[in-house]
Amino acid sequence: MSGPAASLFDADRPWRVALAERPGLVVAWTLLVIGAIVMMTPLAYMIGTSFKAPHEVYEINLLPHEPTFENYIFIFEKTRFGLWFVNSVVTSALVTISVLFFDALIGYTLAKFEFRGREFVFIAILSTLMIPTEMLIVPWYVMAKNFGWLNSYWGIMFPGMMTGFGVFLMRQFFMGVPDDYIHAARIDGLSEFKIWWKVAMPLVTPALSALGIFTFLGNWTAFLWPLIVTNDRALYTLPVGLASFSGENLTDWELVMAGATIATLPTLVVFIVFQRYIIRGVVLAGLKG
Amino acid sequence: MASLSLQGLVKRYGHTQVVHGIDLEVADGEFIVLVGPSGCGKSTTLRMIAGLESVTAGTLRIGDKVVNRLEPKDRDIAMVFQNYALYPHMSVFKNIAFGLLAAKRPKDEIETKVKRAAEMLGLTAYLDRRPSELSGGQRQRVAMGRAIVRDPSVFLFDEPLSNLDAQLRGQVRTEIKRLHQTLRTTTIYVTHDQVEAMTLADRIVIMRDGRIEQVGTPLDVFHTPASIFVAGFIGTPTMNFMTLPAARDGVAATLKLGEGAVIPVSSAIVGARERVVAGIRPDDLRVETAGTGATLRPGEVRFEGTVIIAEPLGTATQVTLRAHGHELVGMADGRLLPASGETVAVTVDTKLAHFFDPDGARLRG
Repeated sequence: MSGPAASLFDADRPWRVALAERPGLVVAWTLLVIGAIVMMTPLAYMIGTSFKAPHEVYEINLLPHEPTFENYIFIFEKTRFGLWFVNSVVTSALVTISVLFFDALIGYTLAKFEFRGREFVFIAILSTLMIPTEMLIVPWYVMAKNFGWLNSYWGIMFPGMMTGFGVFLMRQFFMGVPDDYIHAARIDGLSEFKIWWKVAMPLVTPALSALGIFTFLGNWTAFLWPLIVTNDRALYTLPVGLASFSGENLTDWELVMAGATIATLPTLVVFIVFQRYIIRGVVLAGLKG
Repeated sequence: MASLSLQGLVKRYGHTQVVHGIDLEVADGEFIVLVGPSGCGKSTTLRMIAGLESVTAGTLRIGDKVVNRLEPKDRDIAMVFQNYALYPHMSVFKNIAFGLLAAKRPKDEIETKVKRAAEMLGLTAYLDRRPSELSGGQRQRVAMGRAIVRDPSVFLFDEPLSNLDAQLRGQVRTEIKRLHQTLRTTTIYVTHDQVEAMTLADRIVIMRDGRIEQVGTPLDVFHTPASIFVAGFIGTPTMNFMTLPAARDGVAATLKLGEGAVIPVSSAIVGARERVVAGIRPDDLRVETAGTGATLRPGEVRFEGTVIIAEPLGTATQVTLRAHGHELVGMADGRLLPASGETVAVTVDTKLAHFFDPDGARLRG
């Protein structure tokens, strides 16, 4: 914690005095509080609604008058929510693992090896970032259809198994890894693959953590592609499954909210787990001689 | 242990040639220091020996094996890097053991070797720590430990002390020397610091622009530098150079320093040259209060100079002065601190002077 914030919490000085001395702090804290309210309200409303009975859903109150677990019981007993949850976990986790592995491998190769056409390959990969997902949906679909990948885990996952963004991010981080580490490992007799895996990868854990979070969250909340590639309700992912609670005329909001509340839990877990590595990575980098 | 042989070693990057045919024979157990200003090709040469850079042309032998095309791991070398290259995510023990683990050596052998190296380097208490928890000097020792346990034929050091502060540098330097005396492993050591070169080397290789300027023992290169470049590079403060007009008189010749001040030289040195560069080390240029100097001994020349700046070093005072149009650095007694502008007496022992062709080569008489 640096200067202004630290002085605000100085035990010897009343916070009113500190605020009066630094009017900028008042503005900063006001903005932060407003931001927090804007962010937290939908979340609170979602959780509140998930405990409401159907007739209470359209009332503005955050806390239900008659809290009930019925919605949770219903989605687990009467729908295939559990299965959708597993589908989401499996596809998101596999895609994340694949992205971390392949993007890091490609990023490392582009950062640390000199070969003819390296720049071309890099720019080609980078240029894929400029194509919006919506444009790719049709070619993906045609591809999935022709290869028989519709209605399969692989069909849901294949477009995301490697990403241009991940390659770019990892390349930038690997470029910051001093060559001497790699040279030292080479002299120590490691194979090029093992140098990457045992020496270079641990040095970029912050980047891997960030990429891991982005990728997992992106796939966890992915809606359009899983909706298109799957017809079989047993293969739905959570967002697609939750959307199916909306009928043509009626949406069971209390069920959607109960499902969405459960759906946020893994994202929290992922964030908490990976964030620790991000912080540790930063500390590590700061101490490096 | 092994000898090392470099024959016509060339390194080119595209159209830029950075090493121009280096020839060097290193005896088994010898400590060789490659020294030179940055960009002289010393690190590139070391990296070619290590196998981290490919050899464009020439032959590189370790022992009697040509290693030009061998992978670094197959060259039986160990290298200590400038920034130590310790793996930050591994303990000191694992860092030292890394090469042995990679080679899948038996566990007890690894344990014994690491413990022995740690003992030798005073690291036993730190084996469980991470590199980030060590001081600069300790990290440097871990890097050496990593090299020692591999029991290589050749040690390579790439400016290993440049990240340490002056005091620590002296300490670690002594340790490296002691280590070499214990292990007697052939060592190639790269530095830009001439003090390291002088104190560590059996022989010094002075490089410039991708070529070897001189190879010799520390005393050789100090007392008989092969060129102006070497003379200027080795020794602190830097040698004084004066380009002087030459006059011949039969077998004798003189270099005219100024009115009434001439340096006698053999005519062989002067030859047909109009001008000769005289080099005098500051330690051979005695500064005294004007009018107090002792009687001149044979070969000594005395003249007057005006002090520009005087810097007390304790045991001596380093005096920068102007005499006969030349800016010179000399040494005075440590208790003498002449003011700037003061006139002082300067005594030069011309027998200790070095003479060079204006092109740079040493002249021998």
